[in-house]
Amino acid sequence: MSDSTVKLHYDIDAEDFTTAGEASSGVKKTLTRLGVNPELIKRISIAMYEAEINAVIHANGGFADVEITPEMVKVVISDNGPGIPCVEDAMKPGWSTASNLVREMGFGAGMGLPNMKRYTDEMCVESEVGVGTKITLIVYLNR
Amino acid sequence: MTVKEVAEKLGFSILTGDGEREITGFYACDLLSWVISHAKNGDMWVTVMNNINILAVASLVDVACIVIPEGVEIYDNLAERANEKGITILATELSAADAVIKTHDLINGNI
Ligand SMILES: Nc1ncnc2c1ncn2[C@@H]1O[C@H](COP(=O)(O)OP(=O)(O)OP(=O)(O)O)[C@@H](O)[C@H]1O
Ligand SMILES: [Mg+2]
Repeated sequence: MSDSTVKLHYDIDAEDFTTAGEASSGVKKTLTRLGVNPELIKRISIAMYEAEINAVIHANGGFADVEITPEMVKVVISDNGPGIPCVEDAMKPGWSTASNLVREMGFGAGMGLPNMKRYTDEMCVESEVGVGTKITLIVYLNR
Repeated sequence: MTVKEVAEKLGFSILTGDGEREITGFYACDLLSWVISHAKNGDMWVTVMNNINILAVASLVDVACIVIPEGVEIYDNLAERANEKGITILATELSAADAVIKTHDLINGNI
């Protein structure tokens, strides 16, 4: 892998559920092309997919900014959605406010945020009610 | 045993993909985030979910195939996208439990 930093930006569209996951699958492809270890790619893409889906189902879409350096992959998913009233509650496995419609599609297990935590080295949730949510996910590549 | 061999022997229809992958385990669940964190690479994943989001999950986990049980309807757009992504989808009238049990028995030489 070269020393240069790769930066990627995606708009996460909430119009169409069926395209949800495009940003994370794009990042997965880029990391594969860069020759990153497949186990690390899996961790990054799972965590990013969960954050991306949350932006779609809970926040009406958002943005993904990804920075790939030789040391780490940093993913920031931000949205201007309703925000999370209590992040501590939201982080609990099984805690979900997903609508019935969303549940019918297989989401709403309340496992997305716990999965992000589990699959990354660092995770940060910043959220303000009525303003939006910003999730930062970091996986180190050389540990 | 490959997905294709299992499908041929148990009468599952191969709706998409080539079925060349080896089945190395089993997973049955419909909650996608649960599947993402618990299913394993090479699993035969059984789910009644028939929306396009199952494809992202299947490729993240890198399952051997998706099996849609109970005769659940599969729409053209799901099949098209699965073919594009090279994901094998099987369909059967069996229940999720029976699909797993039968495949397990077949692979282990019990039928
Ligand atoms: N971007 C967001 N904007 C607003 N609320 C959010 C956001 N992300 C998560 N939440 C809140 O946190 C809860 C828990 O999120 P989590 O991803 O763990 O579960 P889920 O999305 O409900 O279900 P799953 O991820 O298992 O399909 C959500 O139900 C929602 O209330
Ligand atoms: Mg979620």
